[in-house]
Amino acid sequence: MSTQEISLEKLRVRQPRFEGIESGHRACLGCGEALAARLVTEAAGPDVMIANATGCLEIFTTPWPESAWRLPWMHSLFENTGAIAAGMESALKAQGKPTKVLAFGGDGGTFDIGFQALSGMLERGHNVLYVCFDNEAYMNTGIQRSSSTPHAAMTTTSPPGSERMGKRHLKKDILSIVASHHIPYAATSSVAYPSDIRKKVRRAIAIEGPTFMQIHCPCPLGWGHEGAHSIEVARLAVQTGLFPVIELERRELIGSMPIREPRPVTEYLAMQQRFRHLFAKNDSRAVEELAHIQALADHNIKHFNLRGEGADALDSEGADTVRRGGMRRS
Amino acid sequence: MLKALEGSQAIAETVMLCRPQVVAAYPITPQTHIVENIAKLVANGRMNCEFVSVESEFSAASLVLGAASAGSRCYTASASQGILLMSEVLYNIAGLRVPMVMTCANRAISAPLSIWNDQQDSMAVRDAGWIQLYCADNQEAVDTTIQAYRISEKTELPVMVCVDGFTLTHTLEPIDIPDQDMVDAFLPPFNFARALNPRNPISVGTLVSPDFYPEARHSHHHALLDAITDIVAADADWQELSGRSAGGLLAADGPDDARIGILTLGSIYGTLSAARDEYTDLPSTRLIRLRAYRPFPADALRRACEGLTDLIVLERALSPGYGGIVAAEVHSALAAMDSTPRIHSFAVGLGGRDIPLELYRKLHDTISSGEVAPFSIIDVDLDKLPMEDRGLGRAVNG
Repeated sequence: MSTQEISLEKLRVRQPRFEGIESGHRACLGCGEALAARLVTEAAGPDVMIANATGCLEIFTTPWPESAWRLPWMHSLFENTGAIAAGMESALKAQGKPTKVLAFGGDGGTFDIGFQALSGMLERGHNVLYVCFDNEAYMNTGIQRSSSTPHAAMTTTSPPGSERMGKRHLKKDILSIVASHHIPYAATSSVAYPSDIRKKVRRAIAIEGPTFMQIHCPCPLGWGHEGAHSIEVARLAVQTGLFPVIELERRELIGSMPIREPRPVTEYLAMQQRFRHLFAKNDSRAVEELAHIQALADHNIKHFNLRGEGADALDSEGADTVRRGGMRRS
Repeated sequence: MLKALEGSQAIAETVMLCRPQVVAAYPITPQTHIVENIAKLVANGRMNCEFVSVESEFSAASLVLGAASAGSRCYTASASQGILLMSEVLYNIAGLRVPMVMTCANRAISAPLSIWNDQQDSMAVRDAGWIQLYCADNQEAVDTTIQAYRISEKTELPVMVCVDGFTLTHTLEPIDIPDQDMVDAFLPPFNFARALNPRNPISVGTLVSPDFYPEARHSHHHALLDAITDIVAADADWQELSGRSAGGLLAADGPDDARIGILTLGSIYGTLSAARDEYTDLPSTRLIRLRAYRPFPADALRRACEGLTDLIVLERALSPGYGGIVAAEVHSALAAMDSTPRIHSFAVGLGGRDIPLELYRKLHDTISSGEVAPFSIIDVDLDKLPMEDRGLGRAVNG
């Protein structure tokens, strides 16, 4: 048997990554949520326990008797994930174990039906990282609108027609609501920026107390784009200013991903069938809605001061090209 | 040693002796005194556990589910609307076969709103897949709570200990609280084989296709039926240790030659027993008290009903549009007897309506005709209803 000397520095690069989710699960091609969940669990490492809400992630990873999870994982119900996670954390605390608890939910399970349990968990200060995989509708049941669905988007319960231009209401600002529980850390991220996700997961995990991440995850089926375009679509959501990538500590804005060159929202919207009614010819309502959505993006850019001051390796153009694990010296 | 204790305080002290690691609860009358007492025990350092005051009963049940799945012994308590709110979680806990104990301080269900005692709440979750044990008095509530942990952890089924709200929870009685050594000897530390653990990661609560669902239900159903043995064994072992039985599956007492039986669940047994002593002129009567309602002890019930010509089933709930819930099950269980007694079904004491001793005489009068009267709610005063509702009930068994 031959042995080989490997320096510690090289070992770090060469050793296989920890994988919390195995390949072979049944997510759709180009599923943003599957990728985001893999990135989160990779960054979190093996000493975690997961409470998972009902939804696509639960369904496509665990068709009995198969499971894609390499971590202790539990699905109870749709609306109790915050409380299940709080219970796990209470038990681990009582047993004196350092294992970190992660809670996973979609936007329906987080913004809507699971909101109360989430609020209780945050208020009571449980040591849990709650991750919301936000694909902006109830995708598992067949694309119905949630309170996270963006304004004017078409879903099966917010169809456009002679009297409607898709969803009438605004996307709920869940991050502000969550941060208003005075929790130590709340952040948004996007599946288009893996290094940003990793960085934020590590940061959140290191904090003793409730932390929250909202990760923007395109759903090719629900948004109406090719699976191969998921990352491009997700990146445009950030680059247009429609999905600000920000960090809050105790409710205060402490960081944001700068936008090098803001793109017009039409670039983002035109890639997705859920907004196709906004590009109808000779429809003044469409023109009005496009202007409205551009105004929302402009407001975000101004409000969060997202405009970068020049080329930056970690801005909206550069961050996705940064290698895994962030920039290295050599 | 006997101490004069309020039922809720006795239950709280007993829970402490069972050493749960996580307790979660949300306040609802008449459960409040139980969790208030636990909070006090924790605050005074007498009880060492994570006590979590959650934001709803839904989260109370969910939190203990998460905690038990992570390997901790857990406790919660609720009543009435709280039981209904957590019902989705109750089914989930049982389906996942996670052991835990909860107290249901039995109370009526709204509407109309009532904070008083009947058993419609626990009856509403009868099919959730939990073991349900009903207590006749507070000593039984103490002994049953301890036994419940043993039964739950042995069978991997959750146990609901039902105590009548106010009648038991708010009543002072002389109660013997066992000492810690006795409880420790009876109840080994919780060691859940399917606890979540990063060193041996498992997936719990997965999606099951039609290929597997009936098998999972079969296994759950039979686990409950098999739990009959564990309920009997736990009570026998506890009796050996403490000198007290809490009633096994059911308790029947009265002369062997009694031809009339009255079957009840919960604290009403005490009232009937006192009435039987009082009205000695009435025909001798066997009192049967179901302690285990789920699993349903059909064999034991048939044995307890041998020789009876009439069985009165008195229950503290009903299935509107049908009638007696327990009575229906008793009917079906006794159908297999060689000589099935006439079964008379009544709901009594709904929404905390007083159950006087005279009820006993009234019941005997009612069945003396030899006919089986249709199900009715006892003590309904039609004059209290609006005119248009006073004619209701004429089309019985339409």
